[in-house]
Amino acid sequence: MPKGTFITLIGIRVSKNHRERKKSFESTKNVTMSSRRSRSRQSPGASRISDDQIADLVSRLQQLIPEMRNRRSDKVSASKVLQETCNYIRSLHREVDDLSDRLSELLESTDSDSAQAAIIRSLLM
Amino acid sequence: MKTEKNLPRNPSSIKTRFAVKFLQAMNKMNKRKNPSTSMAVKYKRYQFIRAAATSSMASAVGPRRAWSRAVLRKMRNHTAIHRFPMNNKTRTTRRFPITRRKRSSILRGNPRQEDDLGFGQEDDLRGLVPGGQGMDFCRLLSETAHYIKCLKTQVQVMTNVLHHYST
Repeated sequence: MPKGTFITLIGIRVSKNHRERKKSFESTKNVTMSSRRSRSRQSPGASRISDDQIADLVSRLQQLIPEMRNRRSDKVSASKVLQETCNYIRSLHREVDDLSDRLSELLESTDSDSAQAAIIRSLLM
Repeated sequence: MKTEKNLPRNPSSIKTRFAVKFLQAMNKMNKRKNPSTSMAVKYKRYQFIRAAATSSMASAVGPRRAWSRAVLRKMRNHTAIHRFPMNNKTRTTRRFPITRRKRSSILRGNPRQEDDLGFGQEDDLRGLVPGGQGMDFCRLLSETAHYIKCLKTQVQVMTNVLHHYST
């Protein structure tokens, strides 16, 4: 067996042990929902805090999305919030692209003097 | 008057910092104006404006957010690659840390499992938010919230600039 595979297997073994150990300390890089969930079956006390944190963050996201701002948070599933977040981010990206397109068209049509004046005006706004 | 409403209440807010940087980039681009209006030049200008918007936003936010750090890193690598385009060996390959999906498939041999949080959306979100691949879920959510706020500011400022150009 080549050396690389051996090291990978060790790495997987180590991470599996980390997962099964009951830990209250969570490293920010390696904790994921699945590992948190398996820990929750063993030690509900430690994971309840992070579940609340996640619910809080999800409700904060919900406030930011315009379509979902008025709905009550207990009626909306977290999965729906995530989905709407993705759609909203995509629509914002599209809007930025569209604005860049219009700005580039404007830049080529106006002469440099009036463009400079417009820029200075918007800086002063 | 409309300009009264637009006066920045906080001169060092992210909005103002972004507006200044973005307009400086636009001004720089305007100075080396190209009289030709071929499709290639138009597309390049559009790409430049879009890149200027993204990088101005990231540099206005600074290094305190993971997503802005990721954007700035990408910009730096992009300019480095373009300045020294020859050697493929010197280009650093980006190593993705093992995400939840990959780890579960390695350990259990299962395909991606759906549970009530719907990890299909989580992976989508990781793809949308810059730097989203290496974060845990909590971090991803808070970065997303800040990213959305900054995107909204970006759209607002760019719309204002557009209006000023067209009047």
